[in-house]
Amino acid sequence: MPKGLRRRYLAFKIVSEGTVTEGELTKALWDAVLRLFGEYGASQTGLLLVEYNGERKYAILRCWHKALELVRASVASITELKGKPAALHVIGVSGTLKALHKKFL
Amino acid sequence: MQGDRDAAMKKFADLHLCPSLRNTDSLKGMINTAYRLGYHFLGVSLPAKISQGEIQELREICNTAGADLVTRVDLTPKTSRDLLNQLRHFRRRFEVVAVTCLSKAVARQAAKDRRVDLLSFPADPRKRFFDAAEGELASKALAALEINMASVLSLQGFPRVRLLSRLRWEAEIAKRFKVPLVVSSGADNEYLLRAPRDFATLSNLFDLPLSSALNSLSEVPRSIVERNRLKLSPGYVAPGVRVIKEGKDCQRV
Repeated sequence: MPKGLRRRYLAFKIVSEGTVTEGELTKALWDAVLRLFGEYGASQTGLLLVEYNGERKYAILRCWHKALELVRASVASITELKGKPAALHVIGVSGTLKALHKKFL
Repeated sequence: MQGDRDAAMKKFADLHLCPSLRNTDSLKGMINTAYRLGYHFLGVSLPAKISQGEIQELREICNTAGADLVTRVDLTPKTSRDLLNQLRHFRRRFEVVAVTCLSKAVARQAAKDRRVDLLSFPADPRKRFFDAAEGELASKALAALEINMASVLSLQGFPRVRLLSRLRWEAEIAKRFKVPLVVSSGADNEYLLRAPRDFATLSNLFDLPLSSALNSLSEVPRSIVERNRLKLSPGYVAPGVRVIKEGKDCQRV
């Protein structure tokens, strides 16, 4: 990891009519980032889906701390998954996975 | 993360929920979700001819969820005369009066009338009449500009690009003329609701700073509600003048 670059872990809850797979969620996230901020913006996010729990309907993603607001806006802008209405609600943000689990999940 | 800490201390308001009042389950679901997301004041858009009994039922649903119901009416007048008539009939029955301006004449009349709390415009940028003249009138009359995030969320592609560009311009005018901005969901279903912090982040898309956006979701709507509740209270006479005692309560000197 380059010096000075910090990571942020963002947990969010998935509210949707149907079930979604990890791949579909990742695609929806990337599509949202690309739609709102384009390829240049997407390249700055360092977006990665770290954890996905289909049963409890939550997921954790990782991004660079400088791109947190950008990623948060993209997550909030998602209104459908697999063509069905959906909403992703951010539960919390933390600097480490351990703290995120401890505080929010 | 300073924004998160600030957000945790504020009481947030979503002054524009448009649930179907006939479907009680969906209504309860929306109110519960909004409260869980962090909103304390919930403004539900009500039909102008709603009865007091129905409002009371709705108030009970909100109280059960833990939220505070704000009664709101959305007026959509065709002419400025129509607007004046509607204001005369409905101003004292609702805590928040929003006017959806479909023409420039209505927009100008709404901006200069002190009985109007919120100026709302359709999502189509050609039908948004909030310009410098409108901003100047609104700043004198204490009207606020409402931004419905439902249209930002539901539009895609070029229409959203045009809307965001227009909203950026309007936010700039509002700042110049010190017109308060109110950010609300405008949601008609649960899937268009977002947490206040998420709406604040989305407001960044039209260059509204995070702190201003959080204010537009908390202090600004709360002050509108408190001001109107005071005005609608029985003892209110004029700004700064209130009946404290009357009749038998007054002692003879």
